[in-house]
Amino acid sequence: MNNGNSIAIACHDLHKHFGNGARVEALRGVNFEARLGELTFIVGPSGCGKTTLLSVITGLLDASAGEIELFGRNTSRLPTNQRILFRRENIGFVFQQFNLLPALTAAENAAVPLIAAGVKRTEAVDRAKSLLDRLGLEGRRDGLPATLSGGEQQRVAIARALVHEPRLVVCDEPTAALDHATGEAVMKLVAANAVHPDRAAVVVTHDARVFHYADVIAHMDDGRIVKTERNGHKESHL
Amino acid sequence: MNFVALKMLTGDRAKYLGLIFAIAFCTFLLENQTSIFAGILKRTGSQILDFTDAAIWVMDAKTEYFEQTKALKDTDLARVRGVDGVEWAVKLFKGTPVARTRAGKFAACILLGLDDATLTGAPRKMLLGSWQRLREPDSIVVDNAGYILLFPGEPLQLERELEMNDHKVRIVGISDASAPFLSNPVVHTRYSEAINFVGRERTQLSYVLVQPQPGVNAEEVCRRIEAQTSLRARTTDQFRWDCIRYYLKNTGIPVNFGITITIALIVGTVVAGQTFYLFTVENLKQFGALKAIGVTNWRLTGMVLLQAFTAGLMGFGLGTGMAAVFFEITLRNIPTRGLILMWQSVALTGGCILLVVIIASLLSIRRVVVLEPAAVFRG
Repeated sequence: MNNGNSIAIACHDLHKHFGNGARVEALRGVNFEARLGELTFIVGPSGCGKTTLLSVITGLLDASAGEIELFGRNTSRLPTNQRILFRRENIGFVFQQFNLLPALTAAENAAVPLIAAGVKRTEAVDRAKSLLDRLGLEGRRDGLPATLSGGEQQRVAIARALVHEPRLVVCDEPTAALDHATGEAVMKLVAANAVHPDRAAVVVTHDARVFHYADVIAHMDDGRIVKTERNGHKESHL
Repeated sequence: MNFVALKMLTGDRAKYLGLIFAIAFCTFLLENQTSIFAGILKRTGSQILDFTDAAIWVMDAKTEYFEQTKALKDTDLARVRGVDGVEWAVKLFKGTPVARTRAGKFAACILLGLDDATLTGAPRKMLLGSWQRLREPDSIVVDNAGYILLFPGEPLQLERELEMNDHKVRIVGISDASAPFLSNPVVHTRYSEAINFVGRERTQLSYVLVQPQPGVNAEEVCRRIEAQTSLRARTTDQFRWDCIRYYLKNTGIPVNFGITITIALIVGTVVAGQTFYLFTVENLKQFGALKAIGVTNWRLTGMVLLQAFTAGLMGFGLGTGMAAVFFEITLRNIPTRGLILMWQSVALTGGCILLVVIIASLLSIRRVVVLEPAAVFRG
């Protein structure tokens, strides 16, 4: 059984470079840990490698060198198909631009990870609807993304990230496309729903106004984690 | 994920309808042009196919198609009758006299003079009157389209008179003859009458119609006739294809239709293929999100194929429906009668559309498969 100190993510000397000739070193030996039951923020200036690190951790990009362990399993050595299956079962995503499918209703969008995992459509949508209700979207379940506000769309995206009960939730700049009040509300939802004793949540952001939601803040600069600190100003949002 | 794929396809109505109609118009154009092309070529042998009584046509050795006749000698009929395997043989006259109405309207006709004794080859599909009345003096049977051409706007009526080569003839029947290549009236009469309706020539025998004995192969009888008489003998089907080949080789029909069909195929492929490809490209962000969530490349490939084949099927169905309506309407018009939507055209077009769908799918699948899922983080 996991406890609050169990390590969910462990990155050892992670490198990532792009291009062959004049190659760009996006990650230059990153060592990073995130624990179960904690909300970990990766912060830093634009272009410092935050999103690349998130992509490599989640297996969307291959690392050029180094090791990644998710829940004790070395995912950097998994074959591509197994890595996709691992991602489908264990990771939920919240994207900066929401990336909802415009033709699907809010409930159908939130149900996509379940449908992808083979759950029957009606059952998946029912489960998604009840989650949307919990996230305050009772009356908007059948609305198309185009009819929802930015905050509502991000809530649907959060529901999509949580509906299959993954062990890791990753959020890429979840407040960047939102105004401050909506961003606060969204972060509150992430903190209240994504953080769980058996789950880790990692948020990449450079929005300093929401840092107070973090348990741990990893500062990144120039492709490296330069400082990791426990957040003494953490507020309880549960 | 099938429902996700279909919702992605139909979600943007404008794009979806654009895609469907691109395929539908390509389908319509291909089916329309290939059917008309085949229908026009089929017309070149209409009068041959209308003769259902005899299986073999005997003609001058140099005859290449139905319209091109050189008179045989009267003795040729007897020579053909003497060939082993011939059950019976009768003479047939074919000429193109001008028929004139009292009102002064005139048209060049396809005049078919039938064997006086047997009336072999008389039109079997009669709209008014009877072909048996051809035994009456100065009688003719004219086809419906010919009647309408000569008596425009007037109801079908027997006993009306025409003048042919200073001979007064009476209409004793109106047939439903197949449309000829040109829109000439098709006139049936007896052989002995027909030779008087055109200018006198030394010989008038155009064709000898032959029926092989029961159990004897028609092609074998043709070979025997050719060997013994030095005339050309063809089965009905062979003669019909001779006509089609002649027109294909000696007219601009295949070039004209070929250009239209080729352009329809190219434009259809480019428009439908590009529309679907762009549809996929515009949805790459969505496919990227699905990839990130954990949908495999195989599943995404299945989704793209489902979208492509659904759009293809819908467009093909709509296009075929439009073509069917077109031919249903034109079938009622005299000049375009007999032109139908041929199942071969539908099958051929279906194959072409399938090719379009496969090409568009492959290009789209390639884009989806090589798509980097991390791109979804780039906003």
